[in-house]
Amino acid sequence: MSILIDKNTKVITQGITGATGLFHAQGARDYGTLMVGGVTPGKGGTTIDGFPVFDTVDDAVKATGATASVIYVPPAGAADAILEAVDAGIELVICITEGIPVLDMVKVKQYMQGKSARLIGPNCPGVITPGECKIGIMPGYIHKPGPVGVISRSGTLTYEAVWQLTTRDIGQTTCVGIGGDPVNGTDFVDCLKLFEADPMTKAVIMIGEIGGDAEELAAQYVKDHMTKPVAAFIAGATAPAGKRMGHAGAIISGGKGDAASKKTFLAACGVSIAESPAEMAEALLRIWKP
Amino acid sequence: MNIHEYQGKAILRNFDVLVPEGHVVYNANSARDWAKRLGDGPWAVKAQIHAGGRGKGGGVKIAKTADEVRQYAREMFGMTLITHQTGPEGKIVKRVLIEKGCNIADEFYLSFLVDRATDKVTLMASAEGGMDIEEVAAKTPEKIFIEPIDPTVGLSAFQARKVAFKLGFGIAQVKQAVPIFMNLYRAFVGTDCSLLEINPLVLTADGKLLCLDAKLNIDDNALFRHPRIRDLRDYDEEDPNEIEASQYDLAYIALDGNIGCLVNGAGLAMATMDIIKHSGGEPANFLDVGGGATIERVTEAFKITLSDEKVKGILVNIFGGIMKCDVIATGIIEAAKQIGVTVPLVVRLEGTNVEKGKKMLAESGLNIIAADGMADSAEKIVAAVAAAGRVS
Repeated sequence: MSILIDKNTKVITQGITGATGLFHAQGARDYGTLMVGGVTPGKGGTTIDGFPVFDTVDDAVKATGATASVIYVPPAGAADAILEAVDAGIELVICITEGIPVLDMVKVKQYMQGKSARLIGPNCPGVITPGECKIGIMPGYIHKPGPVGVISRSGTLTYEAVWQLTTRDIGQTTCVGIGGDPVNGTDFVDCLKLFEADPMTKAVIMIGEIGGDAEELAAQYVKDHMTKPVAAFIAGATAPAGKRMGHAGAIISGGKGDAASKKTFLAACGVSIAESPAEMAEALLRIWKP
Repeated sequence: MNIHEYQGKAILRNFDVLVPEGHVVYNANSARDWAKRLGDGPWAVKAQIHAGGRGKGGGVKIAKTADEVRQYAREMFGMTLITHQTGPEGKIVKRVLIEKGCNIADEFYLSFLVDRATDKVTLMASAEGGMDIEEVAAKTPEKIFIEPIDPTVGLSAFQARKVAFKLGFGIAQVKQAVPIFMNLYRAFVGTDCSLLEINPLVLTADGKLLCLDAKLNIDDNALFRHPRIRDLRDYDEEDPNEIEASQYDLAYIALDGNIGCLVNGAGLAMATMDIIKHSGGEPANFLDVGGGATIERVTEAFKITLSDEKVKGILVNIFGGIMKCDVIATGIIEAAKQIGVTVPLVVRLEGTNVEKGKKMLAESGLNIIAADGMADSAEKIVAAVAAAGRVS
């Protein structure tokens, strides 16, 4: 078992004829993911490296039966690509694109209200269920199947946590990058719920960063509802206030959202805290034995 | 992106929002001339820098005569204005806004922002105008009124009315406030603001509502659809290295330490700063080369890091996903060839094409300290910088 995706998940790529889209579609296929085609308006009916290309997501879904979509469309058209996927009945929409205007995402969130589709991202590395299905830009070889769920606002820092687990011979059920934007789809709490309900997941690592209060909400959820052990790292302890640290959402504003207060609150809710990013796996192993 | 008050007010005028008549000037004599053209005094003389709290630092003065306008403007030009938002180094004043004064009967606070909790644009208002709103929020949250806005409907008149009544307005002011609030919302959406703050919104002695100050922050991600606003960027307000970095789509922020960082991904870049500090060092910068960095961008990232004289060592920490390690390796080799790296350089590579990247660096003949894992790389760069310090 896993969350969100498994070996039977059929995936299409929106923006498949772009260099990035194609590179990662090929990587996912090599990993064993059922990459069943892609969408680029105007290139419907052609194929690219064996992938059938469609003009619309609707066409792609009807022809392939895909239930998941991964988006590599440039920022100006990415929000529209999410809407198109949701409209076509895609259940899981994973948006990798970085740099989408925040007001576009505000509209997307409103549009998705009451619909069953789930959005991961944007500005995220994607989702992987090791050994079964990889959707996104993460390097596959660093993962291995196993009992730990991983959730993160950061891409490369997720790889770091995964690598620390894998090199200690501890595998992962599913790793979810929820993205670094202030307005995004699935959040920490959504993922914690899924991991809590997944029988294969025995423990969770969550990686947060400065800005917003998603980590605090997650901490409260852990305290109130989680039976499984959770460890956390918060990036940005050395970040100056008022500066946007790369991610649009990573900013300490009005004295709120700093790393120290997040860590204190998480610890008070029973989460094991990694003080250094090199100790994310260690922080979990302090409270849980595989 | 931040813009100046006078630029923000010009945008608001385009959305039919009432702001004081005024003009920006670049020297003291035209300050006096413009004061006369605006009509009778008093006038407000306002230093234009990208930071709040200007009044307390001497950046806002009320002048009774045109000569006083010139006098105040003369004092402001070239002065280093230090406020709680500028940092201790302050900002040099190069532009001054001259405005027609008004008789203030009451002050209010008004802002629109994207609320991360509801994923909606939200109207925030308080009768505690002119105050530091963060202080009001912390001490007396019940004095702040919040109205989340449905993005498909926009700010409705009833919502504007509701907030106006809560602010204590009489019906005459409510009737003025509704179009002001709705036009401000149109301005927010129309220019892709991430924050639009009116502090204070004033009620004048003759019963008119007026936006006395305006702070607009524009979403960087949306600048592609606002070329005219993009042109308002004031390079004087930014760190030269941060400007250079932005030309190459690199996210760079200067810090006070001596260990330069070159990292892919914002989270990993923050974590790298954190672990340098954790290992006893001090990071000199935040630098995210991004997911899709080209060889050229990596080379530029190196140049920018090295151009900071404080930098006594560099830590490259790459965990490749979109970013391929061989691209980083090529960038490092290219930069080293072009400019020469004279400080200790620790490189940690992991991820896509890692073997290719490591091989290229090993065969490059460059003096690179290879590291495995974050703890190892941080310890190695801190030790190398300390050792280099002892030698020199």
